[in-house]
Amino acid sequence: MLGFADLGVTAAFLVTLASTLLCVVYGLWHWNEDDTPLPPPVHPPDEPADLDSV
Amino acid sequence: MNLPVLVLVVLAYCAIVAWLGWIGYRNTRSAADFLVGGRQIHPMLMALAYGSTFISTSAIVGFGGVAALYGMGLLWLTAANILVGIFIAFVVFGRPTRRLGAALDAHTFPELLGRRFRSRFVQGFAGGTIAVLMPLYAAAVLIGGARFLEVQLKLDYSLALLVFAAITMAYVFFGGLKGVVYTDAFQAGVMFVGMSILVVVIYAKTGGLGAHEALTQLADKVPASLQKGGHTGWTAMPVLGSPIWWQLVSTIVLGVGIGVLAQPQLTLRFMTVKSGRELHRALVPGGIFILFMTGVAFVTGALSNVYFMNTQGKIALAMVVDPATGKPNVDKVIPTFIQSAMPQWFGYLFMLTLLAAAMSTLSAQFHVIGTAIGRDVYQQAIARGEHQERTVPIAKAGILIGFAVTVLLSFWLGTGIVAIATALFFGMCASAFLPIFAAALFWKRATKVGAIAGMLAGTIGWLLWVLLVHEKESAALGVCKLLFGAPSLLTGTTWAVVDPLVIALPLSTLVTVVATLATHPAADQAAAPAGVAPSP
Repeated sequence: MLGFADLGVTAAFLVTLASTLLCVVYGLWHWNEDDTPLPPPVHPPDEPADLDSV
Repeated sequence: MNLPVLVLVVLAYCAIVAWLGWIGYRNTRSAADFLVGGRQIHPMLMALAYGSTFISTSAIVGFGGVAALYGMGLLWLTAANILVGIFIAFVVFGRPTRRLGAALDAHTFPELLGRRFRSRFVQGFAGGTIAVLMPLYAAAVLIGGARFLEVQLKLDYSLALLVFAAITMAYVFFGGLKGVVYTDAFQAGVMFVGMSILVVVIYAKTGGLGAHEALTQLADKVPASLQKGGHTGWTAMPVLGSPIWWQLVSTIVLGVGIGVLAQPQLTLRFMTVKSGRELHRALVPGGIFILFMTGVAFVTGALSNVYFMNTQGKIALAMVVDPATGKPNVDKVIPTFIQSAMPQWFGYLFMLTLLAAAMSTLSAQFHVIGTAIGRDVYQQAIARGEHQERTVPIAKAGILIGFAVTVLLSFWLGTGIVAIATALFFGMCASAFLPIFAAALFWKRATKVGAIAGMLAGTIGWLLWVLLVHEKESAALGVCKLLFGAPSLLTGTTWAVVDPLVIALPLSTLVTVVATLATHPAADQAAAPAGVAPSP
């Protein structure tokens, strides 16, 4: 199949393409899901937020 | 190649990289910016930075050459890269890593583990292990990049190595993770264009849709020595259980395919985006990018046998025989194919593709080595959390130390170390960190004792197998020969070709589970923020 000599390599070829498709479809399907932003990064009290003051 | 034109092209490329590094510097205003990109990186930039960090020159040239040797079976590694390295990494590990990292205000991968288990030892040991072993991997990437500059720009090797390392270190030092991500994304674009053209040309030159069949017809050209090792042709898997099968499946597919999940420089990327939505969106470019990197490199390597047979009457291995040793050098297959089959302008583009691949991986390595030395080992483990106000200068000092160690190692290491060093680091990360990383994210009951025991068991088990059993490394390192007079304790048996990961990862997992179940969870459970690590 597909010109390959055995099923192991045919499967590798197809699984590779299917995995890419999975990433694309899943990513598009959940494009707007879980958009809760994180709270701003917490700086320890003694860690300055501005590098210029370091 | 026209040397002045090539020099101009490389200089233009370096100017763009320097400009992006400067933008990173301008936008870096806090420790969080320097260490985790301010947790506000765009999903497209994150995906491209993840991909270009993941894929080094070794993946394209080194493993592409291995595909010319072993054939299309290597596509299982591409499948693993996409399915495990992108889909599972982003969907299963990425979102909880981002949430846990933010909840614990972790800035590095070891810090994530250390704060989750409330253990400075976990952070210090993980950081120390990374600081010691990652320079080996970084040196391998640096050697590859320097060799490229030496050959293509006719530079002295030592000068090439220093120039390449200094340019990369400069934008990491000043731009922090933002500088790394911006330049990585640009470098990923260069890599994508180069590999997209390559896949069209390789099929066009080897018969289009009939290329696979043409490669299948070459099965009788497999050298006798490879047939003896289990090779059955370039479009068939090796004989089950043969030495080549173990090499392909345990070291290449499992070692690199699974090892990616616990790579600190990649895991850090999940902590750079502002919400889970960004990780979903990053899946699309991430999956496509990896397909066009390792997928194209492996197909090109394997099909180069058809091209060379049609044009030169030889298989790819016969085209790259080193006159000095009389042995084939698989690292030269892809460059030889490019030189032989592609127009000159593509040669320039492909050289930039390789330079981008090396530089993007090296920059992330310098950043992780620096933060491991500065933040994890010195600031947290040695200084016991003191000097919080000096996080960035300490991390920058760590980057300078990492730079110096990597450069020294690059001068000291011998030839042929690139693939070994890469495989060593991927295997070590999976063995030492993957079980406790998974436990940190998904097993609320996991305890500090379980994490420490699992991490130590994985590290020690992996180290012993590398030094004493797995012959590819044990023979090169020479410790087993020194102690026992043999290249491997199990030389001549199948065990000598079984990758350390196959032994150390189950061991580490088992020890983590048993030690957790044997200890009281109450005190440690509090370290897992509510809603981050779901109950078992």
